[in-house]
Amino acid sequence: MSHNPFYDPSLSARHRSAWLFKLFTKGSILFTLAFLLFFLFDMLKTAFPAIWQTYVQVDITYSERTVKYTNRAVHKDYRKIVSRAWLRNIPKQVEKNPDLMGKTLSMWVLADDQVDQYMKGHHHKLKQKQINLIEEFKASGKVSVEWNDIFFSNGDSKIPEYAGIQSAIVGSVLTLLVTMVLAFPLGVMTAIYLEEFARDNHFTRFIEVNITNLAAIPSILFGLLGLSVFINLFGLPRSSPLVGGMTLALMTLPIIIVSSRAALRSVPESIRHAGYGLGLTKQDIVKDHVVPIAMPGILTGSIIGLANAIGETAPLIIIGMIAFIPDSPTSIFEAATVLPAQIFTWAGMPERAYVEKTAAGIVVILSVLISLNAVAIYLRKKYEIKW
Amino acid sequence: MKLNGEDIKITSNALNLHYGDHQALRNINIEIVKKKITALIGPSGCGKSTFLRCINRMNDLIDTVSITGNIVIDGKNIYDKDVDEVAVRKHIGMVFQQPNPFPKSIYENVAYAPLKHHIVQKGAACDELVESSLKSAGLWKEVKDKLQSPGTSLSGGQQQRLCIARAIAVKPDVILMDEPTSALDPISTQTIEALMESLKENYTIVIVTHNMQQAHRIADYTAHFHMGELMEYAETAQIFDSPSNSITQDYIKGLFG
Repeated sequence: MSHNPFYDPSLSARHRSAWLFKLFTKGSILFTLAFLLFFLFDMLKTAFPAIWQTYVQVDITYSERTVKYTNRAVHKDYRKIVSRAWLRNIPKQVEKNPDLMGKTLSMWVLADDQVDQYMKGHHHKLKQKQINLIEEFKASGKVSVEWNDIFFSNGDSKIPEYAGIQSAIVGSVLTLLVTMVLAFPLGVMTAIYLEEFARDNHFTRFIEVNITNLAAIPSILFGLLGLSVFINLFGLPRSSPLVGGMTLALMTLPIIIVSSRAALRSVPESIRHAGYGLGLTKQDIVKDHVVPIAMPGILTGSIIGLANAIGETAPLIIIGMIAFIPDSPTSIFEAATVLPAQIFTWAGMPERAYVEKTAAGIVVILSVLISLNAVAIYLRKKYEIKW
Repeated sequence: MKLNGEDIKITSNALNLHYGDHQALRNINIEIVKKKITALIGPSGCGKSTFLRCINRMNDLIDTVSITGNIVIDGKNIYDKDVDEVAVRKHIGMVFQQPNPFPKSIYENVAYAPLKHHIVQKGAACDELVESSLKSAGLWKEVKDKLQSPGTSLSGGQQQRLCIARAIAVKPDVILMDEPTSALDPISTQTIEALMESLKENYTIVIVTHNMQQAHRIADYTAHFHMGELMEYAETAQIFDSPSNSITQDYIKGLFG
């Protein structure tokens, strides 16, 4: 072999360590990705049954007596397989349609959660007698598993087959609306003041340090603050989206301020100078030139803050937003619950049927978060300024 | 350092400027002639840009600056208490070292400030002003078909001319240029220099330049700054051919700087 002037004996070891280093970095991302996929897959698999619900066909008797004692409306043998919640609605049905009175009709009725679990092949507590009955029903086509619209149109219920997520969704939307209406303008204005107008002195630096610290405060403390100030001192309604939104606004504020300031700071100084050189006022420059350029960053930061607020549970538990809410709130002053609190409640329920509902709730909140992030990316792209 | 027989536009009297404890300008007395090009030359940190920024009170933006003495433009000291610096900047346009168009359309770049100052109303008058400003800046032919495309999509030289058009649109009397060609290629530099020649018919131009040849080519008067002091100020030919100050002599010869 001829003489190689580029030969370096240390290189093979260095290349080997570089290869190993690359492997480590690649390994970590694969490891994380695997966990994420496993979590997602498991969650979807658990949640999937929640979109189906079992119905059975039985005879329902409408009479003075059954309106009073609703479980008498159905034959004694079938009582265990029919949903109590459905039977409770009999007086309402009669009220709506008085013609039903005195009739006995063969109807598709919501099945009990145990029947539902049996049909889905999950753990159930049915006795052999009831299992036989279901099998009999099955043979004669009197059992059907259908799309579960109850989950999306009902509020919470202690009867699993009747529990839905609607009131939590409405509660979350109202709460976040309050949060955004308060936190976005306050946060952006604060950021504009600190970044564009404030002089660099001890006072502004003191404010800055405190805002940064605010972002690091455990969220449960904000809940205590909300409880003692908004509810006890101001006397605002407990468990309401108003108080929840105000509490979350306090938490979201530092995120919005910090990200908005970063966005404003990234606007080149030359743009401001161009404005001054033209004899524009500070307001013209900030409003028409600096803020539009910073807007994508401000929006992204605010949406990240919003996404944080959606998942926040601890402070809302403190101010009572973990209440049992069967009917959706219609205003920000009524008692409400939010998605994560609803998930938390269901996760603690003993009935097997709540497992799939918990998972379905998590899928709902994840979808909301993913859509919010998609909106953030879209806004970022839309308002991005090409230099 | 009087300049006889010419209309004087800007006069600075005993101007001193401190950045905190550091004195950046020492007792500057200078008279800048109307509708001529005056070049400020000197090595880095000599105070030429600082002086330029005194003329439109851009130094007011820096918290630590303190200024004594005065600058009189059209008979009024712009550092008087009853003078608003925003109004000063409206009358004195500025072009910066790096082209800095707004990330908006070419049209908006030119039209924004005149609309804010109520020089024109939206509509035909505004369109006309945009066209005449772009024509004065020698950019009209290149951009007339793409007024709505972003100003930042132009080349560096075109962007700088857009910035000049933007400054002209506010109808100033004076245009300050802070090394306007140092970020540009030689061809664009040539275009801008030719443009300055045509602009001096209507505007008093003060230009800071690092490039002595540029000062020699375009300036009618040249001021040499050194360590915050005005060393020599005279007609360009005199400064370059027979400078009286020995430091100016050395600087012109290229012994330092």
